Amino acid sequence: MVIKYFSWIREHIGKSEEFIELPDNVKNISELINYLNDLNDDYKKVFVKKDLIKIAVNRTYCSVETKISNNDEIAFFPPVTGG
Amino acid sequence: MDKKTTIPVKIKIQNKDFDVSEETKILRENQTGAIVNFVGVVRGFDERNNSLIDSMTLEHYPGMTELEIEKIVEQSSKRWNITGVTVIHRVGKLLPSDQIVFVGVSAKHRQNAFDSCNFIIDWLKTKATFWKIEENNNQKKWVNYNLSDDEATKKWVV
Repeated sequence: MVIKYFSWIREHIGKSEEFIELPDNVKNISELINYLNDLNDDYKKVFVKKDLIKIAVNRTYCSVETKISNNDEIAFFPPVTGG
Repeated sequence: MDKKTTIPVKIKIQNKDFDVSEETKILRENQTGAIVNFVGVVRGFDERNNSLIDSMTLEHYPGMTELEIEKIVEQSSKRWNITGVTVIHRVGKLLPSDQIVFVGVSAKHRQNAFDSCNFIIDWLKTKATFWKIEENNNQKKWVNYNLSDDEATKKWVV
Protein backbone atom coordinates (compact mmCIF):
# COMPACT_ATOMS: atom_id res chain seq x y z
CA MET A 1 0.00 0.00 0.00
CA VAL A 2 1.03 3.59 -0.43
CA ILE A 3 0.80 6.03 2.47
CA LYS A 4 0.92 9.77 1.76
CA TYR A 5 1.68 12.54 4.25
CA PHE A 6 0.97 16.25 3.87
CA SER A 7 1.81 19.58 5.52
CA TRP A 8 3.49 19.39 8.98
CA ILE A 9 2.85 15.66 9.14
CA ARG A 10 5.08 15.18 6.07
CA GLU A 11 7.78 17.32 7.70
CA HIS A 12 7.64 15.42 11.01
CA ILE A 13 7.78 12.00 9.36
CA GLY A 14 10.39 13.15 6.85
CA LYS A 15 8.81 11.81 3.67
CA SER A 16 5.86 12.61 1.45
CA GLU A 17 4.97 8.98 0.77
CA GLU A 18 6.07 5.43 1.45
CA PHE A 19 5.17 1.95 0.29
CA ILE A 20 4.56 -0.76 2.85
CA GLU A 21 3.46 -4.37 2.76
CA LEU A 22 0.55 -4.61 5.15
CA PRO A 23 1.02 -7.26 7.88
CA ASP A 24 -1.88 -9.73 8.12
CA ASN A 25 -2.98 -8.45 11.52
CA VAL A 26 -3.46 -4.85 10.28
CA LYS A 27 -7.02 -4.58 9.03
CA ASN A 28 -8.07 -0.99 9.66
CA ILE A 29 -6.63 2.52 10.03
CA SER A 30 -6.40 2.30 13.80
CA GLU A 31 -4.27 -0.85 13.54
CA LEU A 32 -2.15 0.76 10.82
CA ILE A 33 -1.40 3.70 13.15
CA ASN A 34 -0.37 1.26 15.91
CA TYR A 35 1.86 -0.57 13.43
CA LEU A 36 3.55 2.67 12.29
CA ASN A 37 3.97 3.85 15.90
CA ASP A 38 5.98 0.70 16.60
CA LEU A 39 8.38 1.47 13.70
CA ASN A 40 9.89 4.61 15.23
CA ASP A 41 9.28 7.67 17.38
CA ASP A 42 8.69 10.03 14.43
CA TYR A 43 5.32 8.36 13.86
CA LYS A 44 4.51 8.40 17.57
CA LYS A 45 5.16 12.15 17.75
CA VAL A 46 2.71 12.69 14.89
CA PHE A 47 -0.04 10.26 15.81
CA VAL A 48 -0.18 11.36 19.44
CA LYS A 49 -1.87 14.46 17.98
CA LYS A 50 -4.73 12.33 16.70
CA ASP A 51 -7.31 15.09 17.08
CA LEU A 52 -5.38 17.14 14.51
CA ILE A 53 -5.13 14.41 11.89
CA LYS A 54 -7.54 13.69 9.06
CA ILE A 55 -7.48 10.42 7.18
CA ALA A 56 -8.33 9.47 3.61
CA VAL A 57 -8.56 6.03 2.04
CA ASN A 58 -8.45 6.05 -1.75
CA ARG A 59 -8.89 9.83 -1.75
CA THR A 60 -12.06 9.81 0.35
CA TYR A 61 -12.33 11.04 3.95
CA CYS A 62 -12.68 8.17 6.41
CA SER A 63 -12.34 7.27 10.10
CA VAL A 64 -9.91 5.15 12.12
CA GLU A 65 -12.35 2.24 11.90
CA THR A 66 -12.22 2.13 8.08
CA LYS A 67 -11.08 -1.27 6.76
CA ILE A 68 -7.97 -1.25 4.57
CA SER A 69 -6.13 -3.61 2.24
CA ASN A 70 -2.77 -3.71 0.46
CA ASN A 71 -4.17 -2.10 -2.70
CA ASP A 72 -5.30 1.06 -0.90
CA GLU A 73 -3.88 4.57 -0.99
CA ILE A 74 -3.92 6.00 2.53
CA ALA A 75 -3.29 9.64 3.41
CA PHE A 76 -2.72 11.41 6.72
CA PHE A 77 -3.04 15.19 6.83
CA PRO A 78 -4.05 18.09 9.11
CA PRO A 79 -7.39 19.90 8.79
CA VAL A 80 -7.38 21.76 5.48
CA THR A 81 -6.61 25.47 5.14
CA GLY A 82 -7.27 26.35 1.50
CA GLY A 83 -9.46 29.01 -0.06
CA MET B 1 -27.34 5.89 -8.66
CA ASP B 2 -28.05 9.59 -8.75
CA LYS B 3 -27.67 11.21 -12.10
CA LYS B 4 -24.51 13.30 -12.35
CA THR B 5 -24.78 16.98 -13.12
CA THR B 6 -24.81 17.84 -16.79
CA ILE B 7 -23.92 21.52 -16.47
CA PRO B 8 -20.48 22.71 -17.64
CA VAL B 9 -18.02 22.41 -14.73
CA LYS B 10 -14.39 23.50 -14.87
CA ILE B 11 -12.06 22.64 -11.96
CA LYS B 12 -8.38 23.60 -12.14
CA ILE B 13 -5.56 23.43 -9.62
CA GLN B 14 -2.65 25.47 -10.97
CA ASN B 15 0.40 27.55 -10.14
CA LYS B 16 -0.34 30.30 -12.60
CA ASP B 17 -2.67 33.24 -12.04
CA PHE B 18 -6.18 33.39 -13.48
CA ASP B 19 -7.98 36.12 -15.38
CA VAL B 20 -11.38 36.89 -13.81
CA SER B 21 -12.78 38.63 -16.89
CA GLU B 22 -11.74 35.72 -19.10
CA GLU B 23 -13.41 33.22 -16.74
CA THR B 24 -16.54 35.37 -16.54
CA LYS B 25 -16.70 35.47 -20.32
CA ILE B 26 -16.67 31.65 -20.44
CA LEU B 27 -19.45 31.45 -17.82
CA ARG B 28 -21.52 33.92 -19.89
CA GLU B 29 -21.85 31.27 -22.59
CA ASN B 30 -24.00 29.06 -20.33
CA GLN B 31 -27.51 30.42 -21.14
CA THR B 32 -27.08 32.64 -18.14
CA GLY B 33 -28.87 35.64 -16.66
CA ALA B 34 -26.54 36.08 -13.69
CA ILE B 35 -22.95 35.33 -12.72
CA VAL B 36 -21.52 35.51 -9.20
CA ASN B 37 -17.74 35.40 -8.86
CA PHE B 38 -15.80 34.97 -5.64
CA VAL B 39 -12.06 35.78 -5.64
CA GLY B 40 -9.93 34.90 -2.62
CA VAL B 41 -6.83 37.05 -2.14
CA VAL B 42 -3.66 36.60 -0.04
CA ARG B 43 -3.88 38.87 2.99
CA GLY B 44 -0.64 40.61 3.85
CA PHE B 45 -1.26 40.14 7.56
CA ASP B 46 -2.21 37.40 9.96
CA GLU B 47 -5.23 38.64 11.91
CA ARG B 48 -5.07 35.90 14.54
CA ASN B 49 -1.42 36.57 15.41
CA ASN B 50 -1.38 40.25 14.53
CA SER B 51 1.67 39.85 12.30
CA LEU B 52 2.67 40.61 8.73
CA ILE B 53 3.13 37.99 6.03
CA ASP B 54 5.89 38.10 3.41
CA SER B 55 4.54 35.20 1.35
CA MET B 56 2.41 32.10 1.49
CA THR B 57 2.94 28.68 -0.08
CA LEU B 58 0.10 26.29 -0.79
CA GLU B 59 0.32 22.55 -1.27
CA HIS B 60 -2.46 20.08 -2.02
CA TYR B 61 -3.29 16.41 -2.46
CA PRO B 62 -3.46 15.90 -6.24
CA GLY B 63 -6.38 13.68 -7.12
CA MET B 64 -8.27 14.06 -3.85
CA THR B 65 -8.53 17.86 -4.09
CA GLU B 66 -10.28 17.68 -7.46
CA LEU B 67 -12.59 14.89 -6.22
CA GLU B 68 -13.65 16.87 -3.17
CA ILE B 69 -14.36 19.99 -5.23
CA GLU B 70 -16.34 17.89 -7.75
CA LYS B 71 -18.48 16.53 -4.89
CA ILE B 72 -19.17 20.04 -3.58
CA VAL B 73 -20.09 21.34 -7.04
CA GLU B 74 -22.32 18.31 -7.59
CA GLN B 75 -24.20 18.95 -4.34
CA SER B 76 -24.55 22.61 -5.22
CA SER B 77 -25.95 21.87 -8.68
CA LYS B 78 -28.58 19.59 -7.14
CA ARG B 79 -29.62 22.22 -4.63
CA TRP B 80 -29.79 25.29 -6.86
CA ASN B 81 -30.79 25.83 -10.44
CA ILE B 82 -27.43 26.84 -11.89
CA THR B 83 -26.02 26.67 -15.41
CA GLY B 84 -22.24 26.49 -14.97
CA VAL B 85 -19.44 26.43 -12.40
CA THR B 86 -15.73 27.26 -12.56
CA VAL B 87 -13.39 26.66 -9.63
CA ILE B 88 -9.71 27.58 -9.95
CA HIS B 89 -7.37 27.21 -6.98
CA ARG B 90 -3.73 28.22 -7.08
CA VAL B 91 -0.88 26.34 -5.38
CA GLY B 92 2.80 27.18 -4.90
CA LYS B 93 4.28 30.42 -3.60
CA LEU B 94 2.01 33.48 -3.51
CA LEU B 95 2.54 37.05 -2.35
CA PRO B 96 0.22 39.45 -0.51
CA SER B 97 -2.59 40.68 -2.81
CA ASP B 98 -2.13 37.71 -5.19
CA GLN B 99 -5.31 35.91 -6.19
CA ILE B 100 -5.64 32.44 -4.59
CA VAL B 101 -9.03 31.09 -5.54
CA PHE B 102 -11.80 31.75 -8.04
CA VAL B 103 -15.34 30.41 -7.73
CA GLY B 104 -17.67 31.51 -10.52
CA VAL B 105 -21.27 30.35 -10.79
CA SER B 106 -23.71 31.15 -13.56
CA ALA B 107 -27.49 30.79 -13.29
CA LYS B 108 -30.61 32.05 -14.99
CA HIS B 109 -31.43 34.11 -11.89
CA ARG B 110 -29.14 35.84 -9.41
CA GLN B 111 -30.20 34.28 -6.08
CA ASN B 112 -29.28 30.78 -7.23
CA ALA B 113 -25.87 32.05 -8.37
CA PHE B 114 -25.26 33.90 -5.06
CA ASP B 115 -26.26 30.97 -2.86
CA SER B 116 -24.44 28.34 -4.90
CA CYS B 117 -21.20 30.35 -5.00
CA ASN B 118 -21.38 30.93 -1.24
CA PHE B 119 -22.02 27.23 -0.61
CA ILE B 120 -19.11 26.15 -2.81
CA ILE B 121 -16.49 28.41 -1.21
CA ASP B 122 -17.70 27.57 2.34
CA TRP B 123 -17.35 23.83 1.75
CA LEU B 124 -14.14 24.18 -0.26
CA LYS B 125 -12.50 25.82 2.75
CA THR B 126 -13.39 22.90 5.03
CA LYS B 127 -13.09 19.90 2.67
CA ALA B 128 -10.73 20.58 -0.27
CA THR B 129 -7.25 19.25 0.55
CA PHE B 130 -5.06 22.36 0.55
CA TRP B 131 -2.59 23.49 3.20
CA LYS B 132 -0.98 26.90 3.60
CA ILE B 133 2.35 27.77 5.11
CA GLU B 134 3.04 31.44 5.86
CA GLU B 135 6.49 33.00 5.71
CA ASN B 136 7.49 36.08 7.67
CA ASN B 137 11.11 37.25 8.20
CA ASN B 138 12.33 33.83 6.98
CA GLN B 139 10.20 32.10 9.63
CA LYS B 140 7.73 29.53 8.29
CA LYS B 141 4.52 28.60 10.03
CA TRP B 142 1.77 26.20 8.94
CA VAL B 143 -1.59 27.94 9.08
CA ASN B 144 -3.97 26.45 11.64
CA TYR B 145 -7.46 25.67 10.48
CA ASN B 146 -10.07 28.20 11.38
CA LEU B 147 -13.04 27.06 13.48
CA SER B 148 -15.13 29.85 11.96
CA ASP B 149 -14.82 28.05 8.60
CA ASP B 150 -16.54 25.01 10.13
CA GLU B 151 -19.17 27.30 11.61
CA ALA B 152 -19.78 28.85 8.19
CA THR B 153 -20.83 25.50 6.73
CA LYS B 154 -23.55 25.01 9.35
CA LYS B 155 -25.88 27.40 7.59
CA TRP B 156 -26.09 24.95 4.68
CA VAL B 157 -27.21 21.99 6.75
CA VAL B 158 -30.91 21.31 6.18
